[in-house]
Amino acid sequence: MQSRQDYYVPEGSYWPILGSVGMASLLGGFASSLHGHTAGITAMILGFGIILFMVFGWIGQVVHESEAGKYNLQVDRSFRMGMGWFIFSEVMFFGAFFGALFYVRQFAVPWLGGAGNNQFTGEVLWPQFKAVWPLLNMPLPDNYTVPKGIIDAWKVPAINTMVLLTSGATITWAHWALVNNKRNQLIGGLIATIVLGIIFLGLQVLEYGEAYNHLDLKLTSGIYGSTFFMLTGFHGLHVTLGTIMLIVILMRAIRGHFNKDRHFGFEAVAWYWHFVDVVWLGLFITVYWL
Amino acid sequence: MSTTTTDLENEIAGLTGTHGGHDDAHHGPQKGLLRWVKTTNHKDIGTLYLWFAFIMLLVGGAMAMVIRAELFQPGLQLVEPQFFNQMTTLHGLIMVFGAIMPAFVGLANWQIPLMIGAKDMALPRMNNWSFWILPFAGAMLLSTMFMKGGGPAFGWTFYAPLSTTFAPESTDFFIFAIHMLGFSSIMGAINVIATIMNMRAPGMKLMDMPLFVWTWLITAFLLIAAMPVLAGAVTMMLTDRNFGTSFFDAAGGGDPVLFQHIFWFFGHPEVYIMILPAFGVISQIIPTFARKPLFGYSSMVYATASIALLSFAVWAHHMFLTGMPVAGQMYFMYATIMISVPTGVKVFNWVTTMWRGSISFETPMLWAVAFVILFTIGGFSGLMLGIAPADIQYHDTYFVVAHFHYVLVTGALFSIIAAVFYWLPKWCGRMYNEKLSKIHFWWAVISVNVLFFPQHFLGLAGMPRRIPDYSLQFADFNMISSIGGFAFGASFLLLTYIIVDCIRNGEPVKEARVWESAKGLEWTVPTPAPYHTFDEPPEKALILSESSHIHHVSELAGATAK
Repeated sequence: MQSRQDYYVPEGSYWPILGSVGMASLLGGFASSLHGHTAGITAMILGFGIILFMVFGWIGQVVHESEAGKYNLQVDRSFRMGMGWFIFSEVMFFGAFFGALFYVRQFAVPWLGGAGNNQFTGEVLWPQFKAVWPLLNMPLPDNYTVPKGIIDAWKVPAINTMVLLTSGATITWAHWALVNNKRNQLIGGLIATIVLGIIFLGLQVLEYGEAYNHLDLKLTSGIYGSTFFMLTGFHGLHVTLGTIMLIVILMRAIRGHFNKDRHFGFEAVAWYWHFVDVVWLGLFITVYWL
Repeated sequence: MSTTTTDLENEIAGLTGTHGGHDDAHHGPQKGLLRWVKTTNHKDIGTLYLWFAFIMLLVGGAMAMVIRAELFQPGLQLVEPQFFNQMTTLHGLIMVFGAIMPAFVGLANWQIPLMIGAKDMALPRMNNWSFWILPFAGAMLLSTMFMKGGGPAFGWTFYAPLSTTFAPESTDFFIFAIHMLGFSSIMGAINVIATIMNMRAPGMKLMDMPLFVWTWLITAFLLIAAMPVLAGAVTMMLTDRNFGTSFFDAAGGGDPVLFQHIFWFFGHPEVYIMILPAFGVISQIIPTFARKPLFGYSSMVYATASIALLSFAVWAHHMFLTGMPVAGQMYFMYATIMISVPTGVKVFNWVTTMWRGSISFETPMLWAVAFVILFTIGGFSGLMLGIAPADIQYHDTYFVVAHFHYVLVTGALFSIIAAVFYWLPKWCGRMYNEKLSKIHFWWAVISVNVLFFPQHFLGLAGMPRRIPDYSLQFADFNMISSIGGFAFGASFLLLTYIIVDCIRNGEPVKEARVWESAKGLEWTVPTPAPYHTFDEPPEKALILSESSHIHHVSELAGATAK
């Protein structure tokens, strides 16, 4: 039976303050390194190390407490809500960048070309500017890297779409295995998902290499390059995080953690993976394809 | 049942001196400074938040004093214009992110578990982290003032290109401080939602919850939806400044107005983040001192939810002068003015709660009544600003300054002060000095109107905001406003004394129900509130009898609960 008194309230912990020190060191170091202070880079590396230590220590402690049976179903529900709302916050973060893309495509670029009641903008400021999307020629090209072309949606991105969609299927396959007590299939499904995640990341790296080396499509290529690299870059970062999380879950699955009723850790990572998947579909349609 | 057994065991263990030591949950707090660093206790964390917010309030207030001193007379008197701009910028940022928001999170930490009969917040370790990011972020933000080129001087809204092309180096530190503050707010909000949805006493339905809990639930949703967008905005600023992107640069195909859209998509929900918990506080205090159940409880809940949803659809009313199409102006004007309907519902409900009540005016009630009147003034000036053609005249004038200080100072801040006077006796088991507090109230409420009311006239006459010098025609009202400002600033010295005096030497309070007519689960626990409360959830009958909004059950269930 569930008893409310059993809701686990942890003892005092050093992990949070350590996380704050690491975060301040990482970000403060980053900011000072941007202005040529080499000590900033040291602080950044140090802060990153502290954060890694904190994340592994903290999550390790949570896993340990979970395996010791300290969490009842009410605690499990708190974790689920926490993860769900965290993913929602991530959706809103991507929303800001998608919003920027849509705004630029629908309003800013046409207005620069003289659409609506802005015809003087075009004629007075940059008369030679043509408002087209993808925007390869900026209003003031001298300040930016002018790309020769863009990534073709139906080559690597289409393959990557298949890779990620397949990985969404393999993680569901692993989940079924977990629910049906098939440990080997669970491990196999997780390994397949991780491999597909790594393939995706590898192809993204190839694509970035192609963009930078052959197409001159860079972060500095005006608004097209800005939105392209920031959206796909943050997505790639999330896939990287998701892959690391999947590897942790794989290790836990191999050690015999999780059972068919209690496997919040697995599900949290699966939700995260599906979220990354859905963001990719949005990217494929609005960044690469249309 | 099992608690009594544990208590008995503890007592025996204590007598025989053979305590096992693993059962720390029933102990008081750890001694020393480390208690505060490591704590997972919602009351400790609430206290930390409130003191942090108070210190930041004094820091931000000191900056406001610099602003008012410079504006005391026309001409450049005391500070350089660049420094003046840093003061207006940091004053705004510190008050919004350092004072008002953390103060409400502190109130949430203290009160939500007590009001829903939970033993703690849902995710206590994360709760600690939400707080302990703040001092680091606050220090990073303040450190910008001492850097080469000075601190951010582009206004708290940090519009591009002022914050990108023309900003000092320290702006990158400011960006990361905002990232950290956002991270802290999101974690805090996730914790609030998980606590309210998962930790309520089993007998408490959603529509049994006190209104403070309801308003915080909705605020937490706004935080999770809005703060990541702000993080996105400052990230784009960072890459525009340092890595050659062109989000806010028209020469690369971007648009500086895009920054304003993203900022205000966060910024407008943000203003409701700062006022919805205030609505909750006022809805707790007025029934207590009017000795009547809250009028229109469910309409209050629906009004709060509609305000929250509408807040995501009105952002561009801050941008009527950016040359947006007329259709856009019309839409944002009507959507904005629609918000006055649910807000009006709230104001009428508070007034109706007081109607024919047996009102007594203890200090919390004085602040609550002042809130209702003065917030409504701020609401009315908001309506004026929401009218697109009129806003062409008011935009970026002192009228705007007067408007948002009426809603944020006499609105949000007054409700926080009201909440502190209302719950402080429960927190520390001591009563504040009522006479001194009333003197402080009248001092503050008169001076704050001397401070901000003339700014309406200044704005209507055309005095722009964020300017260290002004035309001679504005001299008289500026001097009056500054005198009010100094008096209002000084009132916080008295407030500090009253609070410290209450905590250290206040008259001890023994009654669990500090205010005889107060309803709510927080008044059923002993005074001062023990370190751990509600290890056993309260019964349904108690929840109903302690409801501050149910009429008929209150007498009936009160009898059965005995």
